[in-house]
Amino acid sequence: MSTQDDTDYQNAIETAQLDDEPIRILDDDGTLLSSAEPPALSEAELLEMYADIKLARHFDQRAVSFQRQGRIATYAPMTGQEGSQVATSHALDDEDWLFPTYRDHAAKYVHGADLAALLKTLRGYREGYAIPDDVNLMPEYIPIATQVPQAMGMAWGQMLQGNDDTAVLCHLGDGATSEGDFHEGLNFAGVFDVPAVFVCNNNQWAISVPRERQTASETIAEKAHAYGVEGVRVDGMDPLAVYAVTRAAIKKAKAPTDDERRPTLIESVQYRYGAHTTSDDPSVYRDEAESEAWRDRDPLDRLETYLYQTDVLNAEREAKIEARIEAEVATAIETAEAAETSPERMIEHVYEETPNRLQEQFDELSTLREKYGDDAFAEVLG
Amino acid sequence: MSSAAATEAGSMTERLTLVEGVREGLHTEMERDDRVMVLGEDVGKNGGVFRATEGLYDEFGGGRVVDTPLAESGIVGSAIGLALSGLRPVAEMQFMGFMYPAFDQLVSHAARLRSRSHGQYTCPLVVRAPYGGGIRAPEHHSESKEAFFVHEPGLKVVIPSTPADAKGLLTAAIRDPDPVMFLEPKLIYRAFREEVPQKSYEVSLGEAAVRREGSDISVYTWGAMTRPTLIAADNLADEHGVDCEVVDLRTLSPLDAGTVVASFEKTGRAAVVHEAPKTGGVGAEIATTIQEEALMYQEAPIKRIAGLDAPIPLHALEDYYLPQAVRIQDGILETVEF
Ligand SMILES: Cc1ncc(C[n+]2csc(CCOP(=O)(O)OP(=O)(O)O)c2C)c(N)n1
Repeated sequence: MSTQDDTDYQNAIETAQLDDEPIRILDDDGTLLSSAEPPALSEAELLEMYADIKLARHFDQRAVSFQRQGRIATYAPMTGQEGSQVATSHALDDEDWLFPTYRDHAAKYVHGADLAALLKTLRGYREGYAIPDDVNLMPEYIPIATQVPQAMGMAWGQMLQGNDDTAVLCHLGDGATSEGDFHEGLNFAGVFDVPAVFVCNNNQWAISVPRERQTASETIAEKAHAYGVEGVRVDGMDPLAVYAVTRAAIKKAKAPTDDERRPTLIESVQYRYGAHTTSDDPSVYRDEAESEAWRDRDPLDRLETYLYQTDVLNAEREAKIEARIEAEVATAIETAEAAETSPERMIEHVYEETPNRLQEQFDELSTLREKYGDDAFAEVLG
Repeated sequence: MSSAAATEAGSMTERLTLVEGVREGLHTEMERDDRVMVLGEDVGKNGGVFRATEGLYDEFGGGRVVDTPLAESGIVGSAIGLALSGLRPVAEMQFMGFMYPAFDQLVSHAARLRSRSHGQYTCPLVVRAPYGGGIRAPEHHSESKEAFFVHEPGLKVVIPSTPADAKGLLTAAIRDPDPVMFLEPKLIYRAFREEVPQKSYEVSLGEAAVRREGSDISVYTWGAMTRPTLIAADNLADEHGVDCEVVDLRTLSPLDAGTVVASFEKTGRAAVVHEAPKTGGVGAEIATTIQEEALMYQEAPIKRIAGLDAPIPLHALEDYYLPQAVRIQDGILETVEF
């Protein structure tokens, strides 16, 4: 998305101590830190990033309330984490690949996924997983950490085919770092030195299990060392810092300088304000005061303050952005709710050519639907 | 608990759901045997995502009810080691669809420790996992892949369909000297209650239950499909005068071939109902067992009423995928009227 030069952050990453405080550009209130240089983003790019974060938050609120009304099924909220998601996707070029998790709604949207499609999936239609033709994005991964070796392999494949302008960005959670697939993926990435960036959204919790129960190491970033991969910690609630660090890592992945490694593991330190999913009750396992404290560093508030302070944003622009995103989300909802599905979808795309036996099973089902009517199929337990 | 008999310890009962039956099974065994421990993702403070372990952490502490890191191979692999060391681990896989990282530990090791060591080492381990569709869950949360484990010699595969069986079968599984896959039909975790004895008791592994006696056809099923099968059997009796015998297998491995065959010899006709994909499912095993052992009694082709040979769809279409009463009824009628 950006072609700016971020050499400063390249340097910052190189010199970063792994157990240091995470890299940040904005203070908790959103004021530019005196020691920091903002990433070279144009006004338009900054406003776009801001609007995307705002849209993500609005979408998230709508989705949670829709789930409560029974209009969509289980949903994984992202409030508190939108800043990091939006920033990592802004750091990608269009040709780069994104491997998202079930919580990366905003990251997917920024990289080109359709909001209405996302809602269709949540309404239980697999059609929603279809990716627009020109978008380099995988459907969301639900089994934890399984995307890590695959993203590595995609990066490897791009490299083997000489696609030097393509890198791969892979999202994962802190819980995911406990799985064997994390180890195997990172290990391969280091050994084959592939153009991949792994962003661990360390939101402090894997459902009810705190980060300290996933690993006894001080930080997640320091694990990178063991794989011969670069590791860096960033304040995941500072969108500018996440952007700068990710952008630098993507550029390095594509064109490392002498004796530099391509792959990076970024630990984006953040917090999940809400429940793990709409089926989860965080009050059982965590203290709400902890959650409150993190809200003081809210990514949307911080970026907003910064943009007001630098006159990039003003009340009039903000109102315009708000109106635009509300309309966009409303349209997506309308489109998703107007969508219909059909039982044929169950057997489509299982194979390129549907095997006879599967077709026969389906035809038998269709005969029964004609005979008894669809109402007879409404509930398994009667 | 008003009746005089019920006040006598040992005959006390309580009305429980299936998931509460699971919890009671864990609870009574943990009380009875301090080698029993529970481990898995979110099983401690959170009491499990389905609340199957609720209260156990408070009662037995974090040393016996252990929240592990998010790593299925680590959970089952370490449980094998715990079992080898003399403990009685009960490992929870959060959903069957997420147990594949542990597959290697299960099939390469848990299943064959006894045979590999020529009986020197054993693996008294229970792996619990909610399985099956019908609860509007996201992708990967609705699979029914019991056949994978049935195919592995050395593993036992148990699936309860009632609260009382859930408690008794789980108790037997924990006391069993071999590794047991205990698969829990989450569609009926909370669908109904029944009287469950408060005392500790076992329901033997390897024994099917005849849920409904009948003379026209034997219908074999297990887990969540037992309910719609019984509904279908009632409808068939009322509307068509067809008298179904319904056999709930309860243990898929080792299969209770005796009960399967005896029922077939009585009725001469069979249907199998399962929500797993039809091809290579346990239904094929049951049909073949009947063919091998009771061919001369057979009066009609054996019907499989099963999930499609396609991934279970997201929730909008899952009711079309899973067998439900009309499909079961129709399949049974076709067999009876052959
Ligand atoms: C292999 C696997 N095991 C278990 C689960 C169930 N599960 C879903 S999300 C989750 C916690 C994930 O935590 P983390 O990786 O930190 O990501 P977060 O949800 O916090 O974004 C678990 C255990 C799963 N989806 N996949």
